[in-house]
Amino acid sequence: MKVYLDNGTTTPVAREVLDAMLPYFTERFGHPIFVYSLGQEAADAVERSQAMIARTVNAKSGEITFTSSATEANDLAIRGVAYANRKRGDHVITTKIENPSVLRVCEELEKEGFRVDYLPVDSQGFVGLKELEKTITERTILVSIAHVSDEIGTIEPIEQIGKLLREQKNRIYFHVNAAAAYARVPIDVERMGIDLMSLSAHKIHGPKGVGALYLRENTPIEPISHGYISLFTLKPGTENVPGIVGFGRAAEFAFNGFEKHVWNMRKLRDKLMAGIEERVPHILLHGPRGDKRSPANVNYSFKGVEGESVLLHLDLNGISVATGSACSTRKLEPSHVLTAIGVKPEVAHGAMRFTLSRYNTTEEIDYVLEVVPRVIENLRKISPVKPEEL
Amino acid sequence: MPVEFTERSLLKYTQKVIELFRNPKNIGEMENPTVTTVEGDPQCGDMFKMYLKIEGDKITDAKFLSFGCAANIATGSMTTEMIKGKTVDDAGKISIKEIADGLGGLPGLKMHCAVLAYKTLKKAIQEYKQGKSGGDQTSSKGS
Repeated sequence: MKVYLDNGTTTPVAREVLDAMLPYFTERFGHPIFVYSLGQEAADAVERSQAMIARTVNAKSGEITFTSSATEANDLAIRGVAYANRKRGDHVITTKIENPSVLRVCEELEKEGFRVDYLPVDSQGFVGLKELEKTITERTILVSIAHVSDEIGTIEPIEQIGKLLREQKNRIYFHVNAAAAYARVPIDVERMGIDLMSLSAHKIHGPKGVGALYLRENTPIEPISHGYISLFTLKPGTENVPGIVGFGRAAEFAFNGFEKHVWNMRKLRDKLMAGIEERVPHILLHGPRGDKRSPANVNYSFKGVEGESVLLHLDLNGISVATGSACSTRKLEPSHVLTAIGVKPEVAHGAMRFTLSRYNTTEEIDYVLEVVPRVIENLRKISPVKPEEL
Repeated sequence: MPVEFTERSLLKYTQKVIELFRNPKNIGEMENPTVTTVEGDPQCGDMFKMYLKIEGDKITDAKFLSFGCAANIATGSMTTEMIKGKTVDDAGKISIKEIADGLGGLPGLKMHCAVLAYKTLKKAIQEYKQGKSGGDQTSSKGS
């Protein structure tokens, strides 16, 4: 049996999404900035995707700019706002558990003379509102916080953070990386006070190579790349029309029956968690339980074993998952997120992340619950590290 | 700033590594080993324990336990296979390169896993030799 449980990394393109995209590679290939009908047909398609995505987060169509990825959207949002507001301030606040596509950009800003504070989080990954409030200064121009931790599934109190930022004397722009949240938790940019938000198509059964930036009207921002004009002033270059069409269609399918999809993922998540806790001793859950956890995320450390070995054994059994182990990355350091929530490195090396999509089934989870305990038991038998001592 | 190109081969395992990871050789604890040596640290993500049975300066059996990745487990299998039947001195001459070559090569990033098995072997041999010259249980047993 093949079970894909790494949907937090990427997802397969849904068949109906691919079908919607295909004509835009061939017969409807026009460049959307041109007035002839082929161009206008492409421009209409891009606008339909804009409108569709805007509707899913309570934004206006024109507030959606397509990018090549959520990574690019994060870069554009953070650097674009920082540069445009430099006269007013030079202070940016983010957290220690952000995706590298946020952290690396913030580090670049520091090299350019900006000051960045990286907020700590508690043992479940939550950002403290008091901590945030204390960190705000008169020079603060931007706060960037992920809605959902892609690694441990923590749903941050975005609405309260947005409210807190609105209460400040100076205008502080609020950027939210929602790549792991989109189509998993409800998002409303108005209610939540979000000014900028990054989204990704390939995490919701759309194609790779397409992201989007929600940008609230009248938010000062500078483009960070320059070149050939496009439909989007912030993002020069010919639009990836088939990809954008695919993103719009993926959003449509994800939000058509959103509550049912979420209910289904949460049911499978809880089944997987209960099963692991019942069948495998010496484990540690990362992130919160219940409603404050993404319905799509399960993350446990299996003590006394190393994550890459678990990952490869599961792969040999047809199951794809991710690990926080250092050995599986190019850096050979344990996950910065697990370190930030206080997980000891020897325990972090055995962290396994299972991420669901609306296509997973009960049978798949049953199979995973049959394989995982066996793999862990076998690896513990050959490990010199005693799990009960960690 | 020069750009560092990422090589796919940095993380790609050979068939031989996967095979030895799947069906490791000489893995498990050993009863009454002549030498038991541990290297590495679970904090760093890998730890390696090696058991050697040595009779008349010849390694008659070698086993290991691993808290580590596939490269670590495969390297342990390869190293223990290579030293079985060798004299202690010959086993001490085995190089890291020979171990990695036996696996059909290791991804660049995983060479430190090969180093760990190698270091454990070196330490085990050193401890055995020290024990012998220091008049330990081996010689006292004989008296």
